[in-house]
Amino acid sequence: MYRFRMPSLGADMEAGTLVEWLKKPGDPVKRGDIVAVVETDKGAIEVEIFVDGAMGRHLVALGATVPVGTPLAEIEGPVEEEPAFGAAPISPPKGAVLPLAVPAAKRPVEEGIRASPAARKRAAELGIVLATIKGTGPGGTVVLNDVELAAGEKAPRRGLDIAKMRQAIAAAMARSKREIPHYYLASDINMSPALAWLEQTNAERVPEKRLLAAVLTLKAVALAARRFPAFNGFFDSAKGYLPAKSIHVGTAVAIRGGGLVSPAIHDCDQLNLDQLMDKLRDLAARAREGRLRSSEMSDATITVSSLGERGVQTLYGIIYPPQVAIVGFGNVIARPVAIGDKVEVCPLMTATLAADHRVSDGHLGARFLREIETRLQEPDKL
Amino acid sequence: MNTQEARALIVMELGNIAPEADYETLDPKADLREALDIDSLDFLNFVTALHKKTGVNVPESDYRKLLTLDGAVIYLVEKTK
Repeated sequence: MYRFRMPSLGADMEAGTLVEWLKKPGDPVKRGDIVAVVETDKGAIEVEIFVDGAMGRHLVALGATVPVGTPLAEIEGPVEEEPAFGAAPISPPKGAVLPLAVPAAKRPVEEGIRASPAARKRAAELGIVLATIKGTGPGGTVVLNDVELAAGEKAPRRGLDIAKMRQAIAAAMARSKREIPHYYLASDINMSPALAWLEQTNAERVPEKRLLAAVLTLKAVALAARRFPAFNGFFDSAKGYLPAKSIHVGTAVAIRGGGLVSPAIHDCDQLNLDQLMDKLRDLAARAREGRLRSSEMSDATITVSSLGERGVQTLYGIIYPPQVAIVGFGNVIARPVAIGDKVEVCPLMTATLAADHRVSDGHLGARFLREIETRLQEPDKL
Repeated sequence: MNTQEARALIVMELGNIAPEADYETLDPKADLREALDIDSLDFLNFVTALHKKTGVNVPESDYRKLLTLDGAVIYLVEKTK
């Protein structure tokens, strides 16, 4: 028999609250199934299982807060040898994963009620049933202010979560800056071919089938990581660098109302652009509803961050330990470029690489960045 | 679709994307991307929703016409005539 345990979803996570079972005793379960929802200070996370078998007894009651590693349920069938959690090919060292997630949302337990994620979360904290609140947002949506008015108080806005998020980020980033000797490289990428291809491709498509430039950059990074494995893996202080077998690209998603999650797109190099776009839409929607899965939270092998849409030209990334590289993309800006002996105006995007000097050198980093650039010159081959 | 219907639909769809915003006080001439903090994925979801609800297929080349609440209302009224 195997025991399904409270997973660790980040270095700072000591305990989680079981809020929902998605499998009842007797139900068959297989690797990858979502079996439970756990509430942490990073939001509600859908927890997957990594063995095949059948759900046995539930050992913890709904609503109970228990420490990481506590058995939550028995699983009939497999033997108890598996790690307590984690699908990552290499388990990141303890205290290593950056807990970037602070979705403002609780899993919407009250279906059919239109409410903002912040309102849902606050209502849950206060124990108020959403259906009893009159919504003043668009279409009668219950917004945060409605909840606070209903509670008869103007409570501080998610103060605790923001404080915890800051602590978590502070710990991981301080560790990164303390332990990882970063080097930084930047390169301007001509985005003319990519944008022209995108424009042409999207012109023939209805909105739900259109692609965003982000899928091109994600795919280019994934393919470059496949060619240069020194940027795709984990650094372990005891074992040294452990390249990852798969390419799971962590992609930063901003959460409305504050917070940031960086869930992984699994096997990013294997997906075609349409699949990648579906993944991106799905991840962004679930991140914003607070419905991410445990594996997505813990097993990114490299990270991509884009701040271009907020007008940033150059992003100087800080590596998320135990990863060894982060690629940043800035705004696409029309700039004059000398081509031959003529000056042309080209849409340029600055790509940056922050990489771990214990694992790679600037020369290899430059080739990695160049590979990303080269891939983006032939978007039809991505 | 008249102006009121178009505005109601647009506000509803934007509300699905940015539910915390106050649409009573939203400047109808403000850039929605800045005013509502919406990114390109949000905007694509907005255009997708308009397509599903009204059948109006907004090409990318027209996105700039929908960057304000007023602009989007005028566009939708015009295209549903």
